[in-house]
Amino acid sequence: MKAHLKLTFLCLQLLIGTIWATPATDRQKIRAYYQQLFPQLTLADYADGVYAIDPIAKSSWLAIEEFPPYEIALEQGKTLFKQAFTNGKHYADCFPNQGIAIAQNYPYWDTATQSIITLASAINNCRRQNQMPPLSYGAGEITQIMAYMAYTSRGKRIQTDIPAQSSAALAAYEQGKAYFYKRRGQLNFSCASCHIDNAGKYIRSEMLSPALGHTTHWPAYRLNTGEMSTLHRRFEVCNELIRAKVDPAQSKALRQLEYFLSYMANGLPLNGPATRK
Amino acid sequence: MAKRSSIKIRSKRFADHTLVRTLIAHPMETGLNKDKDTGELIPEHYIQSLTFSHNGKLMSECHLGFGISKNPFFSFKLKSAQAGDTVVISWQDNLGYSDTLEHHIQ
Amino acid sequence: MFTKRRHFLRQIITLSSYTTGLIFSKVSLGNWLASDFSKQAIDATLKQQFGDQILLTTPKIKLKLPRVAENGSVVPITITSSIDNIDTVYIFAEKNPVPFIAKFSIAPELETFIGARFKMKETCDVIVVVHADGQYYQTRQRVKVTLGGCGG
Repeated sequence: MKAHLKLTFLCLQLLIGTIWATPATDRQKIRAYYQQLFPQLTLADYADGVYAIDPIAKSSWLAIEEFPPYEIALEQGKTLFKQAFTNGKHYADCFPNQGIAIAQNYPYWDTATQSIITLASAINNCRRQNQMPPLSYGAGEITQIMAYMAYTSRGKRIQTDIPAQSSAALAAYEQGKAYFYKRRGQLNFSCASCHIDNAGKYIRSEMLSPALGHTTHWPAYRLNTGEMSTLHRRFEVCNELIRAKVDPAQSKALRQLEYFLSYMANGLPLNGPATRK
Repeated sequence: MAKRSSIKIRSKRFADHTLVRTLIAHPMETGLNKDKDTGELIPEHYIQSLTFSHNGKLMSECHLGFGISKNPFFSFKLKSAQAGDTVVISWQDNLGYSDTLEHHIQ
Repeated sequence: MFTKRRHFLRQIITLSSYTTGLIFSKVSLGNWLASDFSKQAIDATLKQQFGDQILLTTPKIKLKLPRVAENGSVVPITITSSIDNIDTVYIFAEKNPVPFIAKFSIAPELETFIGARFKMKETCDVIVVVHADGQYYQTRQRVKVTLGGCGG
């Protein structure tokens, strides 16, 4: 009789876990997984990405952090941010708190447009509202402006919620999550294949970073190009590398992916702009 | 308003030395890279000489090749320096461009 | 960003005064020579720089270098040495097409301390030579440069 009850209880648990997985439990599970994989790390350590788990790469990174090359883009970004549009208005007029120390609130679910707003898309929304041509995503001016805005939010904790009353927001999160776990491309990898199943292991000569904290350190000065790059550009490149269809930067699919990743990283400190190889 | 310099200088005074670091915005182009859009070789464009002076006296002259990284960084240690001292970093590249920046030690 | 404009007179004056200072300074390296930075093998480069002079291998030059370069485009190095009266420091990357990376003169008012970031084409030795009291000393350290896996 007792064994029978135990079995029923376990089945119920499994059923609940499968059918009633919530974003909160997803996050709990992922964090528990990484915690047992990397017991030496605190949650905040994940903001350093692969440097939290690769000591050789970390020493090189720290040497460069003494006077990081992104400071050039940061300075340019500050100037661009403060520059008036042709109509006399500024970025500060579009954003809460004049655009200062708000990067941690992106991406968010916007009820009015029923879509995910990322910082990059908000910058271009601001430009469009003020009759300015949109900036191209992934490189150039937008990376400098984002460097400045990220810098003003340095240390601030990621604030990504799924509004309880919005089933559409939940659906967007679920789509982002599905994207993350879906195998794609000629190499048939999903994001999870590398960044969950093989986090800490090497692919050729590089250590794979954990997915937890992927959204904390952007934009990044890339050592290989000597230019600033963005999270969405990085998503594009990953898809190129696994020979999958490339969803363009700031497309719906990638904004949903960012939403999912940011929700997983909720509470982690922002530390962009950063240097990465 | 002054034009932005390509040079950034930071200094830090310690008990027994003063650390001076500089970061310079410069492509340090090797001449071996192709333009992504045109397929043409991007011409060599790199700093060849750099000087570091303290209170008007030359401390270090540097001869560089394009093997120095893009957006070059250098650091030096002065054995002794006071607050208010002047440090100057100047550079000249293969195309004849140059820049210089004066920095006051805090 | 790069100035050629006449009205940056102050800059030009500052620059010329330092150039003049250069000519009369013992810390001056003389003219930058294209031949120093020739595309040639390391042995030819060292021969060209130092002739038949002996480069004494010494443990007294310390190199802070990553064991593995995250990206060959930016390899950070810090050079220090306990040898007295060093007046020149040279950096070479053994297998770069142009092995000569840089040379630095060091005034007596400076500690022997140089920080720099340079490019490495492939795994090889980084060779640092210093000159002090008429003698050359050298040390070398291997840095691994890997092909990226997912650097992108």
